[in-house]
Amino acid sequence: MARKTTKKTVVENRRELSRAWKFGDDVDTDAIIPGRFLIINDAKELAKHAFEGVRPDFRPSPGDVVVAGENFGCGSSREHAPLALKGAGIKCVIAKSFARIFFRNSVNIGLPMLECEDAGRISDGDVLEVEGDVIRNLTKGETYRTAPLPEFLEEIVRAGGLIEYAREIVAKEHKK
Amino acid sequence: MSNDLTITEKIFSRASGRPVKAGDFVMASIDRAMTHDITGPLAVEGFYEIMRDEKEKKVWDPGKIIILFDHQVPADSLNAAKNHILLRKFAKDQKIKHFYDLHEGICHQVMPEKGHVLPGQLVVGSDSHTCAYGAVGAFGTGIGSTDMAAVFALGRLWFRVPETIRFEVDGKLGDRVYSKDIILKLIGDVGADGARYKACEYAGDAIRSLDMSQRMTISNMAIEMGGKAGIIEPDRTTEAYVRQRSKGFKLDRGLKSDKGAEYSEVREYDAGELEPQVACPHNVDNVVDVGKVEGKKIDQVFLGSCTNGRFEDLKTAAEVMDGRPVAKGVRMIVIPASHTEYMKVLKAGLVEEFMNAGALVESPCCGPCMGGSFGLLGPGEVGLSTSNRNFKGRQGSPEAFVYLCSPATAAASAIKGKIADPRSV
Repeated sequence: MARKTTKKTVVENRRELSRAWKFGDDVDTDAIIPGRFLIINDAKELAKHAFEGVRPDFRPSPGDVVVAGENFGCGSSREHAPLALKGAGIKCVIAKSFARIFFRNSVNIGLPMLECEDAGRISDGDVLEVEGDVIRNLTKGETYRTAPLPEFLEEIVRAGGLIEYAREIVAKEHKK
Repeated sequence: MSNDLTITEKIFSRASGRPVKAGDFVMASIDRAMTHDITGPLAVEGFYEIMRDEKEKKVWDPGKIIILFDHQVPADSLNAAKNHILLRKFAKDQKIKHFYDLHEGICHQVMPEKGHVLPGQLVVGSDSHTCAYGAVGAFGTGIGSTDMAAVFALGRLWFRVPETIRFEVDGKLGDRVYSKDIILKLIGDVGADGARYKACEYAGDAIRSLDMSQRMTISNMAIEMGGKAGIIEPDRTTEAYVRQRSKGFKLDRGLKSDKGAEYSEVREYDAGELEPQVACPHNVDNVVDVGKVEGKKIDQVFLGSCTNGRFEDLKTAAEVMDGRPVAKGVRMIVIPASHTEYMKVLKAGLVEEFMNAGALVESPCCGPCMGGSFGLLGPGEVGLSTSNRNFKGRQGSPEAFVYLCSPATAAASAIKGKIADPRSV
């Protein structure tokens, strides 16, 4: 299926089965990574403590996805939270809605956030195939669509994240 | 479409150099950028990553960046000490004008206190409670470390100009009811995501009658309903506060929302009807009148944080305690929010009062609020706190329970050993 290149924004078009790790509404950043681990700056090390206090069985395989309800990532500005998920090999987070700073942080570090009103239909352990803006639930035999990213943000994602986006601007300005 | 603008739209129009309205995406110039010992190290790494091909790896403006240590003070682990070293080196290499080491206090207290935040400014901080600067009429908002790295390099950042929810709070607060009770009530009503992506604007007689300390409490917690900012139109109270800290400051009288400005919602409240409020575990929007939880046994009381660690807060608490000791079996931790606030508390004799009551008085820092340092709660324990979050595991064990309240309610509860109505002691 042909897709516009901008759609890599979201999730790479790679066939891969993912297990859903299901959470509820208002999952906060303290739940994702408790405060005592914020002295760690390395994604892989942080990943060892992701959801430690609230879901000790959280042991995702690379390519798995986190699924949640409303307001995922509310609370702190700690980028350690999306970093811990990225470090754990999480391919994307699918939720009905995201908290603002968490959403920004994820865009900035290249962890896809998929807003999907059908997120509630996905159960813990469901096998999903996430490709571009389509989520196929192989366990339930259902297909869901995700909301597109605002165009402005696609520009940042196309550049490869905020670091690369900022690098391009710095390079342009120094040439002047 | 009306040409009338909210204060938020006015600030973004100035910062982005063109007229903008809610919903527009902008690249806006940043007036001040603040980072601290938790989120700073990642921002520094990101900055050098952005500048990796540049010979001159210099920040956009060393006079507009403020770095301070407050979360892990003094360093509570080897990793924290290493992070402090990294930031000290960055501050030195980059000639950061306003670098505050262990001594000064919590970022959200120090920023307005030292005159680093002015009305009408666009201020970012890599801490979610940066919305506190709305108390002085600035658009303060929390960002992540990579965002901060981009700000260090460029001095500007992308934003979507937010819609505004206006909270009109009129009437007069009752005895021993404070701005903390107002904000807990609003959060309880609107919910943890009720103001998601939006600016919260607090207006009305009851808000205007608050001193700066109480305004800071109310702006501080906008993030707890998902808000991007928690702004209060600057007035004479703001002007008097800022003038003491920024020489020659003159308030722009036009810096307020126009009469016909468009809001996504306007909510009205009568402050006179408000009871002391308590947020119950494990969400900040799980708010009830104090009567509903009166008598709940507690193990620890924390009086402090960027929400309620100012002189006024500690003075209120001391007045409620009125020389009575902390109840047997209860630990009370008191932490003034900054060096300046500590000295005021000290001179007023309050440190002695708290110590004599059996409380611990610690040096200025975030303390147990983030659960990274000391004063943590163990499994099954119940904590009552004047801070801003009661998420599961926030202040230690995920099997602990945290309730949030005003300094007066915290003080009354400390002497009773259980959650108490501050009007009952």
